[in-house]
Amino acid sequence: MTQHDGAYFPRDRNWHPKLLTPDYKTSVLRSPQKPLISFGNSLSETTGPVFGHNDLGELDSDLIQNYARSGESALGERIIVHGRVLDESGRPVPQVLIEVWQANAGGRYRHKKDGYLAPLDPNFGGCGRALSDDNGYYAFRTIKPGPYPWPNGVNDWRPAHIHFSLFGSGFAQRLITQMYFEGDPHIALCPIVNTIKDPQAIDMLTAKLDMNNTIPMNARAYRFDLVLRGRRSTLFENRLEGN
Amino acid sequence: MTKLAYLKESPSQTAGPYVHIGCTPNVIGNDGIYPQDLGAAMITGPAKGEQITFAGRIFDGTGTVLRDAMVEIWQADAQGIYNSPAETRGAADPNFTGFGRQAVDMESGAFTFETLKPGRVPFPDGRLQAPHINIWIVARGINLGLNTRAYFSDEETANADDPVLARIEHKHRIQTLIAQKERNTYTLDIYLQGERETVFFDI
Ligand SMILES: [Fe+2]
Repeated sequence: MTQHDGAYFPRDRNWHPKLLTPDYKTSVLRSPQKPLISFGNSLSETTGPVFGHNDLGELDSDLIQNYARSGESALGERIIVHGRVLDESGRPVPQVLIEVWQANAGGRYRHKKDGYLAPLDPNFGGCGRALSDDNGYYAFRTIKPGPYPWPNGVNDWRPAHIHFSLFGSGFAQRLITQMYFEGDPHIALCPIVNTIKDPQAIDMLTAKLDMNNTIPMNARAYRFDLVLRGRRSTLFENRLEGN
Repeated sequence: MTKLAYLKESPSQTAGPYVHIGCTPNVIGNDGIYPQDLGAAMITGPAKGEQITFAGRIFDGTGTVLRDAMVEIWQADAQGIYNSPAETRGAADPNFTGFGRQAVDMESGAFTFETLKPGRVPFPDGRLQAPHINIWIVARGINLGLNTRAYFSDEETANADDPVLARIEHKHRIQTLIAQKERNTYTLDIYLQGERETVFFDI
């Protein structure tokens, strides 16, 4: 069997947002100006922390219940967010720790720095995590977050979104991104979304309504697949010359 | 022309100002969801090696300290072995995770990791790298996590032979990666821009 244990494929930094994106104003003073230094992966990049089921609690992937008082649940549109984590070669990535955070149904975060006038939901923390299985599959249950205003232009609103953080098998795969919802008119208007130039890349971050996996009379499903960096095969790299 | 059937990596988006909610909820008082924050303790028992504190702050282009960043570090144990299934050279110290995660202090902007001085890890060509800590920084205004490294001021000989530091053409910039030792604390301030801009890596 081919060993995919070589270096990670280089990151396509034209596909990702650039670091300096003036329409997202905070990036102007927080973006390195000098060229990044490139080098081939060593074990420092191909290894990484890996987590297991012992690190997770029973309700970690259920944001409707994991902060709720007994007998109560979070307010909002009940949804299931699910999908697969693949690498760039299309292979499932198992045991990926996926952490999510989000605003409540009114667009308010449970965070001392968030002063938006929409109220907190006493039953919603906005934080969850899950581990992908052997097929790369993961699922969360939550409520659909609300859009919220933010100080950038005079009237900028974030589309409804869920923040995602992923640990692959190597530290070089570490990724934080955001998930948007199909059909949201704020996607096209958002300066943070538009730090990404390729419409196909934005589409990758847009979860699709999945009626087949919607639970009747209970919760709608949104499908959201994620892709982490792939690794080169070392078939020839480990073969000595002349053998 | 037929395209090769590769997928594209999911594009990155900023972690935003509320990264704590998902990554370090206990730090902002959102307790009761996770018993403790991931990466809060790196040394989990009687680990071998020299215990050190690794500390620093992160500055923007005006010299203002970032108070909303999250820093993750990843490093080898004292023998130079990573505590990872992808490690190919043996088992790491079971009392050391090698992974640390901290939200910087919301007042001072400081990060402070209690960790071990790492051993040396080989480069793919077999040369030994100098002891180093791998660093990943995310924050509001950072569209794609920033990778850098900390090396150690008391490892001058190893640093001089390090294959990654050797890739840095402008030699005076190497200094931006050297954590300065004072007793058992190594301090590295990170500058996102300006004359002292830290060297960041495309790994
Ligand atoms: Fe957000």
